[in-house]
Amino acid sequence: MFNYGYFSFDSKEDLLEKAAEYWNPGKVSFWKGVGTPMVIDRREGYQLFDMSGKRLIDLHLNGGTYNFGHRHPELVEVLKSGLDYFDMGNHWFPSVARAAFAEKLVKTAPHMKYAIFGAGGAEAVEIAIKTARYATKRKKIVSIVNGYHGHSGLSVATGDERFSKIFLADRPDEFIKVPFNDADALEDVLKKGDVAGFIIETIPATAGFPMPINGYLKTCQDLCHKYGTKFISDEVQTGLMRTGVMWGWQGYDLTPDIFVCGKGLGGGLYPISACLVTEECGQWQVEDGAAHISTAGGSELGCLVGHHVIEMLQRPEVVSNIDFVAQFFATSMAEMMKRHSDLFVGVRQRGVVLGLEFDHPEGAVAVSRALYENGIWAIFSSLDKRVLQFKPGVVKDVELCQEIMDRFDSAMPRARQLLKSTRWAS
Amino acid sequence: MIDRNTEPRLNVPDRDLSSARMKVNRAAWAAKYYQRFDRNNVLLIAEAVAKAGYDRAAEFADWTVRETGFGVVEHKTLKNQLSTHNLLDFYRDMDLVTPRVDQEHKIIEIPKPAGVVFALAPATNPVSTIYYKAMLAVLSRNAIVISPHPLAKECSVEATRHLARAAEAAGAPAGLIQCVENPTVPLVQDIMSSDKIDVIMATGGDAMVRAAYSSGNPALGVGSGNAVAYVDPSAQVDAAARCLVDSKSFDNSVLCTNESVCLTLEENRGNVERALRTAGAYICNEADTDRLRDYLWNGENFNVAAVGKSAVWIAEKAGIRVSPSVKILVPVVATPGQDDLLFREKLCPVLTLTAAIDFQQAMTFAKHTAKRGAGHSAAFHGEDHTRLVAFSNEVPVYRVVVNAPCSQGAAGFATHLPPSFMIGTGFAGRSSIGENVGPQHLVHWTRIAFGRDVPADVNGIDLSATIAPVTNITSPMATHTRPSSSTSRDELRQLILEELRNLKEGEL
Repeated sequence: MFNYGYFSFDSKEDLLEKAAEYWNPGKVSFWKGVGTPMVIDRREGYQLFDMSGKRLIDLHLNGGTYNFGHRHPELVEVLKSGLDYFDMGNHWFPSVARAAFAEKLVKTAPHMKYAIFGAGGAEAVEIAIKTARYATKRKKIVSIVNGYHGHSGLSVATGDERFSKIFLADRPDEFIKVPFNDADALEDVLKKGDVAGFIIETIPATAGFPMPINGYLKTCQDLCHKYGTKFISDEVQTGLMRTGVMWGWQGYDLTPDIFVCGKGLGGGLYPISACLVTEECGQWQVEDGAAHISTAGGSELGCLVGHHVIEMLQRPEVVSNIDFVAQFFATSMAEMMKRHSDLFVGVRQRGVVLGLEFDHPEGAVAVSRALYENGIWAIFSSLDKRVLQFKPGVVKDVELCQEIMDRFDSAMPRARQLLKSTRWAS
Repeated sequence: MIDRNTEPRLNVPDRDLSSARMKVNRAAWAAKYYQRFDRNNVLLIAEAVAKAGYDRAAEFADWTVRETGFGVVEHKTLKNQLSTHNLLDFYRDMDLVTPRVDQEHKIIEIPKPAGVVFALAPATNPVSTIYYKAMLAVLSRNAIVISPHPLAKECSVEATRHLARAAEAAGAPAGLIQCVENPTVPLVQDIMSSDKIDVIMATGGDAMVRAAYSSGNPALGVGSGNAVAYVDPSAQVDAAARCLVDSKSFDNSVLCTNESVCLTLEENRGNVERALRTAGAYICNEADTDRLRDYLWNGENFNVAAVGKSAVWIAEKAGIRVSPSVKILVPVVATPGQDDLLFREKLCPVLTLTAAIDFQQAMTFAKHTAKRGAGHSAAFHGEDHTRLVAFSNEVPVYRVVVNAPCSQGAAGFATHLPPSFMIGTGFAGRSSIGENVGPQHLVHWTRIAFGRDVPADVNGIDLSATIAPVTNITSPMATHTRPSSSTSRDELRQLILEELRNLKEGEL
């Protein structure tokens, strides 16, 4: 019996049936099918507990949402404290939490002027695209093939057709895609002079974190400026110190005109996202401040938590810990690759953003399942199932990191076995 | 209208506690790598830390006295210095890194450092204690997080950072030596009871030491002292008096090894008084003794304003007229009863003189007085070795300093005892350790033992895997790209390391 006071379920099976019946049958059956039928019950630090009681170390972190782990005590304290004073707030009026948080964010990126808030990453991307269109008076948006920027009207049109066509939301005439790591292809599109913005994840997450080749991002930015296009960095997965600097673009010598962040900004406790813009791009806020409106965007509770998230990320002890975690996995994964070289063939890494490559078209799906059986939850890349997204959090300690590698090692034979069985053969 | 209510409207989490916990995490990372360092690299880091400490010993001594008001700059400089090269020299040949092989008994011992040491440093000896504990941690391949006394936090934080920078420049992992910036009692209690630390080195008040032992974590705690110096009629009284005055005036008696009571026999009292006076002591008459007692004790509590102050300063506060050249004050309690407050510990240059009718009575008195600082130290001045043995056997202390100043002697600076700012008070003093604490107390050993009748060539076993070679992997971390930064941090570290190695070779 799972009695939660407000609702109860007889068993995990009971929950799965109800979830399929009332919520989302496709998702319920998908996870059963791939052998990771997780229903998260308790959660604490970097650990999840399935309804069955099974403990899993979380290396998915919802793309960095749980950068500080689940329910980090300090962030919980902040939110609780905020609830004694604030609520979501009134989005029409200036507010103390919003002003303070906007200032805090802008100060992390001095060439930016304003921070505009949303409730999720997609909303921040909407703001970014609208801002680029306002600033250039052009309509076209370029993104990369296998890029991912969310599921709302404009953002979904920048991404893979899988998510747009089904809803007749693809707009090939306005939203153009170019291959990643191919600056010439971008220039071919930009030189027509009708592109408002080029949006790119600093390291494309859903594509499995392929690393930008040397100078690629900088060249893209230069091309944008050459042809009057705004360069938009999507920092939803690479921001918040996950690559070793507060924003991923800071490590590539970039100065984007617009950048967006979300996920871990709300500490995994209260949803909030932000779009930061330069003074020039942000002129619409002067012309008509209410041109973009969002009731839940920039809620004061989210601002309070976000403000503290940034403060925590700037602490020297946290910065140093990220360095240790990143170094540890760099060394350990290199060793692991030697031990399992038949299967485990590559590591893409920047800071605590890692993509692990397996030598099979569905390799990461099998590895994800094998890890799950061995107490680790890490998700494959939706758009490249050879690659497992491996995302440690910024305050992981040495013991947990070592435990992850020990479990990883024991999961490899199982992954090999799964891939050999006919079911996984492609 | 300006709102003058500046209290925060929201509750804010304890930033210092959170930061201290992260320091412990960071220390665990540092320990993971450091405990596989080889002996050469450990000594290289120890040398660098010792040199860094020595270079700024005087500056930190001055800073400490300015910040805390305790002690004497010149003496603190010396104590800081002694905790650097001298300490290293004492332990240089104690190898806590290389596995030990005992072919005869077919036993191999592999050193296993504790991991993360949480160390408290007192207000009376802040920087010297930090130097000493950091050095012990470095030599034993442990990471250390220091919690300074709030009264001495500024000099302590800077001294720790200074050592940490030197250690890192010499190749130590980041976070090997750290300091809590804003220590509070709840913070210290939280960290002491954390399962992320491996051992506590507690120096401080009795309450703090007991808290360390009650934390549930392994602890090396030492209690307070109350040393009795017995001056036997067989002593060269002038030399003994010089020792007593030197010791009591050394850093104004803030070392817990300082003499509290000078005990002699009635027949010898006149001699002792005269010798003490010659050596620079002011012998109090009955009225002065009362004034001093009244000033130093407010009921049961010692007046902390007097801690580490000079004899002249205290005399003035107590209303006693003394010459400005007086080095210590000597109140006289004619008979060695137990109840006089002046027989308690005094971390200031006040030495109570008393005399027993015979050696038997002196021993009884010494025994009871030493119980107030049980397990700590005592001094014996004289040539009568039978009495020396009887005294050492009876008095519940773990070190008896003979014909030397007790402050410096018990702490290993004027004797051949291990130099130490942690004087183990042992079972008698409710401590786990009865000797002067050294780096060997921060390491345990895994013993590989072959069966008695099993043939084994233990000498032939390759033990190189106990040490990890220092690997140079390219950092996966992004850094702020600035065109000017042509030298990476790793390259810089390598350059500094190279320079240090050259320096060392040059010295040999």
